Amino acid sequence: MRTPFTLRFLAAMPRSGWIAMGCFAVVTLLLMPALHLFVPESSPFHMSNYAITLGGKIMCYAIVAVAMDLVWGYAGILSLGHGVFFALGGYAFGMYLMREIGTDGSYHSHLPDFMVFLDWKELPWYWAGSDSFVWALILVLAVPAVVAYVFGYFAFRSRIKGVYFSIITQALTFAAMLLFFRNETGFGGNNGFTDFKRILGHDITSPEMRATLFALSALVLMLTLLAGRYLAMSKFGRVLAAIRDAESRVMFIGYNPLHYKLFIWTVSAMLCGIAGALYVPQVGIINPGEMSPANSIEIAIWVAVGGRGTLIGPVIGAGLVNAFKSFFTVAFPEYWLFFLGALFVGVTLWLPEGVVGLWKRIRARVAA
Amino acid sequence: MSTKPIDNETDNRGGDDGAQVVGHILQPGVDLSHKVILYLEEISVSFDGFKALNNLSLTIDAGELRCIIGPNGAGKTTMMDVITGKTRPDAGTCFFGQTLDLTRMTEPEIAHAGIGRKFQKPTIFENHTVFENLELAMKTDKRAWTSLFAWLSQEGRDRIADTLKQIRLDREADRLAGLLSHGQKQWLEIGMLLMQEPQLLLLDEPVAGMTDDETERTGELFKSLAGKHSLVVVEHDMAFIEQLGGKVTVLHEGSVLAEGNLATVQADPRVIEVYLGR
Repeated sequence: MRTPFTLRFLAAMPRSGWIAMGCFAVVTLLLMPALHLFVPESSPFHMSNYAITLGGKIMCYAIVAVAMDLVWGYAGILSLGHGVFFALGGYAFGMYLMREIGTDGSYHSHLPDFMVFLDWKELPWYWAGSDSFVWALILVLAVPAVVAYVFGYFAFRSRIKGVYFSIITQALTFAAMLLFFRNETGFGGNNGFTDFKRILGHDITSPEMRATLFALSALVLMLTLLAGRYLAMSKFGRVLAAIRDAESRVMFIGYNPLHYKLFIWTVSAMLCGIAGALYVPQVGIINPGEMSPANSIEIAIWVAVGGRGTLIGPVIGAGLVNAFKSFFTVAFPEYWLFFLGALFVGVTLWLPEGVVGLWKRIRARVAA
Repeated sequence: MSTKPIDNETDNRGGDDGAQVVGHILQPGVDLSHKVILYLEEISVSFDGFKALNNLSLTIDAGELRCIIGPNGAGKTTMMDVITGKTRPDAGTCFFGQTLDLTRMTEPEIAHAGIGRKFQKPTIFENHTVFENLELAMKTDKRAWTSLFAWLSQEGRDRIADTLKQIRLDREADRLAGLLSHGQKQWLEIGMLLMQEPQLLLLDEPVAGMTDDETERTGELFKSLAGKHSLVVVEHDMAFIEQLGGKVTVLHEGSVLAEGNLATVQADPRVIEVYLGR
C-alpha cells in the first residue's frame, strides 16, 4: 500500500526533531520579531536593529551552508564557488531594489545612479522588467539555476570530480567576480548596488520590514532544512550517498549519476540564490566582493566546522564561524583569515565530523 | 550481423502496435532470437601501446554458464570493461543479443539492458546497510526524478527478504555493509546482482576470499541461475570451475587460446605452456 506523501514526510523526522523545529519557529517567527517591534528600546529585552539584522544575516548564511552540505556532505561534490550563486540571487533581487529607488537617488533620474554616472541614457536590455517584484523573484531562482545547470551539465558529463571540480568552481566564481567588477557589465561595477529605499513601496529600514525579512529568513531556513531532510531520507538521497562512496558501482547497477548530481547541484544553487536575495535587503549592499574566492571557501569551512552530511551541522557551523568572525574582525581584524585557515586545518585534522561529530562522541562516552 | 531478419517463429512481438510489416521493429530489451546473448568480434584495446585485448572474438549462448581463465594480464578484466561500457574498444564490435551495440551505450544503459557485473574487489556501498544495498540495486525505474518520490513497496520488501535469505545475510540486514566480512561482502555483491535481474551476469573472481564451504554454496547458486540467466565467470580457482562444469575459455595475451570443457582445455599443450612456462 502506498503511504500518503504527507505521512511519509512526517515520518522523515523523529518527534524530537519536529519539537526542536517548532521551538525554533516560535522563537524566530513570533518571539524575536515581537521583541523588536513591540518592546520599547529602553527595555533590556528589546531586540536592536543590529541584533535582528545580524540574526537575519546569519540565517541567510545558514541556508547557504545547508545548500552546500547537500552537494558536499551528501553527494561528495566539494564546491568552492557557491558564493557565486548567492551573489547572483543577491544581484537579481538587487536590480529590483535599485528600481524601487525610483527618482529618489542622488541624480533624481529614473535610472539607477551608477548608470547616470556612466552617462547611460537608458536601461540595458537585461534590466527589462526589473521593476517588477514578481520578475525579480523569478530571476532570483532562475539565474543561479541556469548558471548551475549549464556549468554542472558540462562538468558532470565530462566526469570531472574531486579536487579538479573544486578548482573549476573557484575559477567560476573568480571569473564572475571579474565580470561584475567591470562597469560595462551594467551591475554597478565595484560599488555594486546600495542605497536601497523600499520593497513593494514600504520603507526598507522600518522595524516592520526588518522583522519581516528576519522572519522570512527563518522560514526559508526551516523549509530548506525540511526539504534537505526529505531529500536525505528519500531513495534519491541514498543514491546520492552511494554516488559519493562508489560512483562506478552506481553506474553499473543502472543509475545515471549525471542526472542525480545535476539535480542536487541546481537545487543547491537555487537555495543559495534565495539566501542571497534575503541577505541583500538586510545588509543593504551587494557588490562583487561576495563572489571572491575566499567567500566561497568560507562557506565550505562553515560546513566542515559544523559537520558534513548532517543537516543541523552546517547551521551550527555557519552560526559559530560567523560569531567568531564578528568578534575577531573587531578585536584582531588582521588575524581573522589566519584564524579561519587554522580553524579549517584543525577541524580537518581533529574533527572530521565537525561539531556534530564531537557532540556524538561526547554523548557516546557519557553513555558508556 | 545485426541486419539479419528474425525468423517469424520467434518474432511474435511485432504485431502489438499494429506494425505488421516486413522486417522487424527494434524491440526494447535484448533480442535472443539466435540463442546467443553476447557477441564479441575482433575486439582490440590498447593502453599506451600495450595490447590488452588483441582481436578477441567470443560468443556466449543464452543460458550458458561460461568460465574464463587465463594468467594475469590475459585481458579478462579488460574484456568485462568493454562489455559493461567502461572501456571503449579501439576496434571490433560487441553486441548484446542481436540488436544492442554495447560499444555505443553508456554504463547505466548497459546495466538497464540487462548486464550485471560483480567486480574483482567487492564493491558495495559501505555506508549503507545491507538492506539498502539490495534496495538500491533492485530492478526498478532508476531515473532521478522517480527516485525523489520512490517508496519501497511490499513486493519490493519481500524480494529483498528473499534475496537476503538466498545470500544468507538475513540476520545482517540492518548492519552497515562496510562491517561485513570479506566473504559476506562478496555475497552481498552477488545479491545486488540478483536484485538487478540481469540476463547476463559477469562475475570477476566471485569466490576470492571465501571459505571452501562458501565457495561450494556459491557454485550451487550459480548453477541454479544458469539456464534462466547467462553467466560469465572469471576465476583462478580450478576446483570451483570444475564444480561449475560449463565450457571454459582460456585467454592469453588478449585473445582466445583455447575453448572447450575443463578436461580438454587442461590437456591442451598450449594451455599448459602458458600456465607452466613462466
